Amino acid sequence: MSDVGHAGARHGDHHAQGDAPHGSLGGYMIGFGLSVLLTAIPFWLVMTGALGDSRVTAFVIMGLAGVQILVHMIFFLHMSTRSEGGWTMMALIFTVVIVGITLAGSLWVMYHLNANMMPHASMPGGDGVHDMQDMR
Amino acid sequence: MSGTTLPSGDRPVFYETEEHAHPEGASTMLGFWIYLMSDCLIFACLFATYAVLGGSYAGGPGPRDLFELPLVALNTTMLLLSSITYGFAMLVMDKGRVGATQLWLAITGLFGLAFLSIELTEFANLIHEGATPQRSAFLSSFFTLVGTHGLHVTFGIVWLVTLMAQVARHGLIAANRRRLMCLSLFWHFLDVIWIGVFTFVYLLGVLR
Repeated sequence: MSDVGHAGARHGDHHAQGDAPHGSLGGYMIGFGLSVLLTAIPFWLVMTGALGDSRVTAFVIMGLAGVQILVHMIFFLHMSTRSEGGWTMMALIFTVVIVGITLAGSLWVMYHLNANMMPHASMPGGDGVHDMQDMR
Repeated sequence: MSGTTLPSGDRPVFYETEEHAHPEGASTMLGFWIYLMSDCLIFACLFATYAVLGGSYAGGPGPRDLFELPLVALNTTMLLLSSITYGFAMLVMDKGRVGATQLWLAITGLFGLAFLSIELTEFANLIHEGATPQRSAFLSSFFTLVGTHGLHVTFGIVWLVTLMAQVARHGLIAANRRRLMCLSLFWHFLDVIWIGVFTFVYLLGVLR
């Protein structure tokens, strides 16, 4: 019985290692090269103001950050739909959804809260406090 | 077992009385990944807080007055270099070369320390200029977000040194390989978070 258990454990170890993501030197170097580019470009854009319009620059650097996060996920964290039988991907998708709700929800709610509570957003002739009292 | 109905009839029924084998460490990587995802939620909350409060300067200094992008670029470089050197450590670990693994881990730790020193220098400069966490909501949320990331890096370095001692003592046994792979996930994950920090806090802050 102990023999079987031992063999099982050894098989399990092998399984765990075989299943585990392994990078290759080429993969790491591609990831590193892409990351350097994707880091250098946004810093360059902001420090030189090469695009002129700051709104366009903002969208470009946010896009580049998204791409760089994907690069890190694939080449450094070795994410794939197959690792751990797909469960790491499920956990990741769940997290991305929650993070999206947290960020978008906070910004949405707090923006409207700010817009409605700011004293200078009130009607002419009265400040915010009076507005609040009038509404009661 | 209380919920099952007892079998009627003469068909034989078999129960598994022993739990099937759970080999040591078989589920560690998935468990650690789920920890990282929960850590990701902490950072999502801190990012959301910064996004809401980041424009409330309370008449104090804003990002444009405070942030020095060359310093942040240097910091980012340090963290990115530490990521690739950790990758090299994993590659030589796969080949079972203890000395080379220790060397790359040590280099990773040094880059991590460089990152921390630069960040602490930046914090010291800010506080010296009077831009303390108490100054405005913007600075409170800034120090909380960037400080939490820095704290993670600090604990990552503590963990790295611990594992170097483990490897020195026991060699690259299966347990140590597994631990090193967990730290690898943690370390690369911190680099992913830093992408968000330098983009949304520093670069977009200076643009604003």
